[in-house]
Amino acid sequence: MLPEFDLVMPRSLNEALQVLAAGSPEVLPIAGGTNLTVDMRSGRYEPKVVVDIEKLPELKGIRRENGQICVGGGVTIAELLKDGLVAETAPVLKSACALFANPLIRNRATVGGNLVDGSPAADTAPSLLALDAEIELTSQDGKRRLPLDEFFIHVRKTARQPNELVTALRWALPKPGTGSAFYKLGLRKADAISVVSVAVVLEAEKGVCRKARIALGSVAPRPVRAKNAEEFLTGKLLKKEVFEEAAALTAQAVSPISDVRASAEYRRRMSAVLTRRMLEQAAEQTGWKE
Amino acid sequence: MEPKVITLTVNGRKHQVALPPNITLLRALREYLHYTDVKNGCEKGDCGACTVILNGKAVNSCLVLAWQADGGEILTVSGLGTTSNPHPIQEAFADTGAAQCGFCTPGMVLAAKALLDENPHPTEEEIREAISGNLCRCTGYGPIVEAIQIAAERLAEGGQK
Repeated sequence: MLPEFDLVMPRSLNEALQVLAAGSPEVLPIAGGTNLTVDMRSGRYEPKVVVDIEKLPELKGIRRENGQICVGGGVTIAELLKDGLVAETAPVLKSACALFANPLIRNRATVGGNLVDGSPAADTAPSLLALDAEIELTSQDGKRRLPLDEFFIHVRKTARQPNELVTALRWALPKPGTGSAFYKLGLRKADAISVVSVAVVLEAEKGVCRKARIALGSVAPRPVRAKNAEEFLTGKLLKKEVFEEAAALTAQAVSPISDVRASAEYRRRMSAVLTRRMLEQAAEQTGWKE
Repeated sequence: MEPKVITLTVNGRKHQVALPPNITLLRALREYLHYTDVKNGCEKGDCGACTVILNGKAVNSCLVLAWQADGGEILTVSGLGTTSNPHPIQEAFADTGAAQCGFCTPGMVLAAKALLDENPHPTEEEIREAISGNLCRCTGYGPIVEAIQIAAERLAEGGQK
């Protein structure tokens, strides 16, 4: 049985923001309900008021906008997975969506919900971090955009204020010479919670790395970037020894815990192994052969 | 917690039902409208026993608030076919022994239906992926995968629906 709450069904974003305007943590938005319904049943969250944002048209749609891709916060994982624009401009995100839970959950779960949940294992987070995505938060007071890297704070803690909704995510169109790769290590092939996940995006010119993004899930209290490895890679020739060094640096950037799925030590080692492999794959896609 | 009258069209039949806001679609279907062919397994989106097709998409009905489905079209396994007139997917499940205890079967059949509607000629890998949200503790999945393959063939040969 779910605990008691009032359910408000606004018809527009403005109406929804009005309900959230008091900024009370006891008022929570629901979209697909794949997290919140479960969390209310377990007692993790006990909202007095739930605001249904699932069908708000302002949170829907995937489009090109001023040299960027803009995805509404209420877009489902299944919609991302099927979208041509995502496949073309952000294959690293498409790969993550293909391994996101299972088809039933993907039909309901939204990208905004996946991020606000604040789970270190959020499947879309590493790819969106590696894409340098920006997250748009909207309240009655207006909109603000921040780099996704500044959005994640700790386990179940994000920069979202109680009066805000995640209205959009944006990332830049890939430059020529961009390569990317994603890997989710789980305990089974589908419907798994990641043990370690790694997303890599590289921009290269004649084999020299111009920009590197390495982001990992389930290896720290929040989805993290290996900024030390990114910096190390920048300006380097993309080759085996360089990838090995970057992978070793990545292992230093993570702070995993041991849990029912894996030990901290295993997670740290796999962070290095998978990062090296993803760097190799991404480098190959930049069109450069060592 | 005031109840509200919502409209759910289940297997083509329109129902109006007064429900409080904290009732999931699963409970609305089972306890208010008596569609007990929709099974209640884990109630947290892990097992897929409660799978229904809501507005064309296979979903865990335990995670949907019933009010969110107001005005929606729902297909449950009993709307797919009957014992005397089974759907080709149901027939294939019977033929291969894809149901043992039967608890996962309604959800499994609907996950298969959602797959074949979108992809009439799935590979084995695609079938396994499509039912990855539906747990079966009896069969080891082999006969289920086989049933879906057979159903795909029969549907392609012009089986009805």
